[in-house]
Amino acid sequence: MGAESLLEIRHMRKAFGELEVLKDISLTVKKGEVVSVIGPSGSGKSTLLRCATLLEKMDGGSLSYLGRVVCKPEKGESGDSVYVPKGELRKFHRYFGLVFQNFNLFPHYSVLKNITDAPVRVLKVPKKEAEETAKRLLAQLGLEDKAKAYPCQLSGGQQQRVSIARALALKPEILFFDEPTSALDPELTGEVLKVIRQLAEEHMTMIIVTHEMNFAKEVSDRVIFMENGLIQEEGTPEELFNSSKERVQEFIGKLTND
Amino acid sequence: MNFGTVLLQLSGGLVVSVEIFFLTLLFSLPLGLVVAFGRMSKNGILRTITKVYISIMRGTPLMLQLIVVYFGPYYLFHVRISAAYRFIAVIIGFAVNYAAYFAEIYRGGIESMPRGQYEAAQVLGYNKMQTFFLIILPQVVKRILPSVTNEIITLVKDTSLAFVIAVAEMFTVAKQIAAAETTVIPLMIAGAYYYVFNLVVALAMEKVEKHYRYYEA
Repeated sequence: MGAESLLEIRHMRKAFGELEVLKDISLTVKKGEVVSVIGPSGSGKSTLLRCATLLEKMDGGSLSYLGRVVCKPEKGESGDSVYVPKGELRKFHRYFGLVFQNFNLFPHYSVLKNITDAPVRVLKVPKKEAEETAKRLLAQLGLEDKAKAYPCQLSGGQQQRVSIARALALKPEILFFDEPTSALDPELTGEVLKVIRQLAEEHMTMIIVTHEMNFAKEVSDRVIFMENGLIQEEGTPEELFNSSKERVQEFIGKLTND
Repeated sequence: MNFGTVLLQLSGGLVVSVEIFFLTLLFSLPLGLVVAFGRMSKNGILRTITKVYISIMRGTPLMLQLIVVYFGPYYLFHVRISAAYRFIAVIIGFAVNYAAYFAEIYRGGIESMPRGQYEAAQVLGYNKMQTFFLIILPQVVKRILPSVTNEIITLVKDTSLAFVIAVAEMFTVAKQIAAAETTVIPLMIAGAYYYVFNLVVALAMEKVEKHYRYYEA
C-alpha cells in the first residue's frame, strides 16, 4: 500500500488524574506525508504530540515507529500500554524530532553548538562532520551568518529556525511541530512557515499542530480536526475545509476570517 | 610588642584562616550538590533525612557544631582526640555546615530551570547525566552566583569561629595579643585583614559573574 508507515498510533488513551485528555486516537503517518492537527485549546493536540515524542507516557493503546513497537497493550487493542524497557526506549529518539512552541534552545550554547552538540554526543558523529552539516542547514534556513551568535541575540523567528535546524541535524525520519509560530508575531511567523513549506517540498515527513489555518490548508496532505480527546474529522485539506460537519466549519471559520 | 610583630603574627593567623576558607569551599561546594540531590530525591526517606540534616545545620549555631565535631568522637566512642584533629574537625564542621546552605541554593537554582530545557534535551536523545551536567548545571551556576557570593563572603568572617576549639586562625591570634597587651589594636587590624580578604573575594566573584554574561537566559 504505497509508502511505508513511519508512525502508527492505535487507540491511544491518556488521562491526567480524572481528566481524560485523549480518549481514543488512532493515526498512521506514511513516509513523506505532511499532517496538520487543528482543533480548539484543550482538545488534546499537544498531549498527542507529547505522547508520540515520549515526553509523556500514554495510558492505553499502542505506538510504533517504522514498525518497531514503543508500547502496546498486553492484550487486546486498547488495553493498558506496556512500554519496552528504558534502554530500548531511548533508541526511539533518533526516529523523530520535535520543534517546541517556545523554541527551548540552550541559551548557554552558541547557535552552532546548539545544532552540533546532540549529534556529537548522542549519535557520536565526528565533530567536523556535525559542523559541516550544521553550516549547511544554517545556510539552507537563511542563518549562515548566525553560527557564532547566542540565542539571546536572535529574534524569535531566527530562534525558531535554529531549533528546526537543531532537530534536523539528527536526521529524524519524522518531525513534529508543536504550534511552532504561536510565540511569534505575524511578521516572524512568515519566515518560520516558509521554512516548514520548504521542508514539505523536500518531502520531509511532518506532523504539525497549528492554528494557522491557511498554512495548514496549503502545506498539508492531510488535516486532522481534534476535539474532546478524539479525532472528529480527518481528510485532505479540501475535504476538511469543506466539511459538512457544523463544528468543523465553525472552528475553521473562526480562525480564517483574515 | 611592636606593630611589626603584631602584623607578622596576625599574618600567620591569616594563613590558617585562608586554609580553612579554601578547604571548606573545596569540600562543601560538591557536597552541597549531593545534599541537593538528596533533598530533591524521589525517595521519601532520603528526602526526609536531608531535610532534617539541613534543618539542624541551619537551625543551630555553627560554633556549637564545631564543638560537637571536635568532642563528639571522645564522648561517643572514647577515642583520644589528637592535636592534629583540631584542624580536621574545623574543616569537617565548616564543610558539613556550608554544604547545607549551598544545597538549598543549588535546589533553588535547579528548580528555577524551565521544564522546556529538560524536554528539549530529552527529545534530542541526551541521557539524564548529560542533560544535568551539560544543559542544566551550567545554567544553574549562572543563576545562583549572587547567592553563592553571599555565602562565600560570610564564610570568610565565619572562619573566626574556629577559635572555639583553639585553632590558631587570625581572630584567635588577635584576641590573644589583645588580651596580653591590653589593647584593641590587634582586633582592629584583624578587622582590616578580613575586609581586604573579602574585597578580593568580591572582586574575584565579580569576574566570574562577568564571564557568564556572554549569554542571557
